[in-house]
Amino acid sequence: MIWNPHYESMEREKLTKIQSDRLCELVDRVYRKVPFYRKRMKEMGVSPAGINGIADIVKLPFLTKDDMREVYPFKLLAVDPIDIVEVHTSSGTTGKPVVDAYTRQDISIWSEAMARTLAMCDTTRTDSVHNAYGYGLFTGGLGVHYGARLIGANVIPISGGNTSRQLAILQDFKSTILTCTPSYSLYLAEAGREQGIDFKKLSLRVGLFGAEPWSEGMRKEIEAKLYLKALDIYGLTEIIGPGVASECEYQDGLHICEDLFYPEIIDPKTGEVLPDGKEGELVITTLTKQGTPVLRYRTRDITYLNHETCRCGRTAVRMHRLLGRTDDMLIIRGVNVFPSQIEEVLLRIEGVEPHYQLIIDRQEQLDILEVRVEMNEQLFSDEIKNLERFESEISQGLYAALGIHTRVKLVEPKTIPRSEGKAKRVIDKRQL
Amino acid sequence: MTLKQISVFLENKKGRLAEVTKLIASEKINIRALSLADTTDFGVLRLIVNDPDRCFAVLKEHSFVAQQTDVIAVEVLDKPGGLQQILDVFDENNINIEYMYAFVEKKTDNAIVIFRIDQPARAIDALERNKITVLSSETIRKL
Repeated sequence: MIWNPHYESMEREKLTKIQSDRLCELVDRVYRKVPFYRKRMKEMGVSPAGINGIADIVKLPFLTKDDMREVYPFKLLAVDPIDIVEVHTSSGTTGKPVVDAYTRQDISIWSEAMARTLAMCDTTRTDSVHNAYGYGLFTGGLGVHYGARLIGANVIPISGGNTSRQLAILQDFKSTILTCTPSYSLYLAEAGREQGIDFKKLSLRVGLFGAEPWSEGMRKEIEAKLYLKALDIYGLTEIIGPGVASECEYQDGLHICEDLFYPEIIDPKTGEVLPDGKEGELVITTLTKQGTPVLRYRTRDITYLNHETCRCGRTAVRMHRLLGRTDDMLIIRGVNVFPSQIEEVLLRIEGVEPHYQLIIDRQEQLDILEVRVEMNEQLFSDEIKNLERFESEISQGLYAALGIHTRVKLVEPKTIPRSEGKAKRVIDKRQL
Repeated sequence: MTLKQISVFLENKKGRLAEVTKLIASEKINIRALSLADTTDFGVLRLIVNDPDRCFAVLKEHSFVAQQTDVIAVEVLDKPGGLQQILDVFDENNINIEYMYAFVEKKTDNAIVIFRIDQPARAIDALERNKITVLSSETIRKL
């Protein structure tokens, strides 16, 4: 079912016209209302007068993750603060999180985008959506919530955690749609199997999974274990949250709501825009957002675009499932983690040398981050309790900085490869 | 009189302990006593050897993380209550034991217990006041 055929299946020419009008209006608005954008545009020698259509988007400056920190908390605000009705932030946190401030209209845009996502798997008023994305500052929980509400489906706002209650409710409430991270779905399957739950007998028919990277292999496993159709969804706090793009029943690329979020693929080195089929960094412009509009945000996610009309009838451009990152960001249990954050915590502890290694693995469907730290004479003690205290100091520091539990392992000196580039620091063993 | 104990950091890896003992043997250093404290991921090997300074240097040369710590060695009568007598002295004097391990001396019937104590001088003093023999490093070396 197509939620909004007018936009989702629009002829290209008409859509381009709408994108163009919206971009011109957006540029004019942010130039007037956001000093940050005005300054950037002036530096590039471009003014609203020079933007006459979507093709002119290449003249506009990019917005980076670092910029997002610079504008913290509200320097991107393009409306009167009184018009903000809700705020969300990104999960990963070195220093400053990314802030997304929504007006009432932005919440409507978000609901619309998520309703389109949910409709991809034919969600209607008769469905019950078991929403196990976290509710809170994280956009996942409320994003799904708003979309389901717009459709009129029954939302079960169970949020994350408490797996046995999740399993009981899945059975008792006869939920038809499951929304959570892909790894959590497998964790549910595993825990359910241990409790003797037959997933064939549950009412689940579709799962919308996102917020972390996963693969076709994992999709097959999820579908086989949970007896449902697994669809990939994509979104990010910087843009709106979930709802930016999602797979239809053909599972052949994620349709981007491009009348709302205009995508480009660029060469991450040169910034040059690349054609369909060429892998590069995904850049998104929020064409209609009011509160904190985003101009050419560099997502650091690598993918490519396909403008062919899909078998489902949608003309909305499709992006391939994520192929990687342009930076070294890791997504661990749905939380964004940069190795530099870990380094910062380690080096704050006296005596720790910058010889560490991160090993990421997936055990029993959950991501495990092991931080290996080299022992040295300054840190060493003949007493085990001192070494254990040191380990727990590290893991507590990491928990405070990252919000996730890590496994700290002390290793012998010179066992971690020396400065051979970033790659060696991180060993990702997950079979994604 | 304290003596020097060598402690070595070891990852819980197959053959790692044997590598240390082999290295020490190849240097003709004799191990008098040892104890291994372990956790899931790593262990700390504690050694009493006939030549601690050379042992320490050799380990460092081979990139082991090692440390020298002062411990005390006490002769304990090899009969019921032998150890108790010593522990009572520590207890009466509020002396806290971090860890301890024992070995048996060949030439006499006595056991030797190694104590790791925060303030060894206080412990030695208390033991000697109670007529308990604290062994010198020289004695240990000659065992």
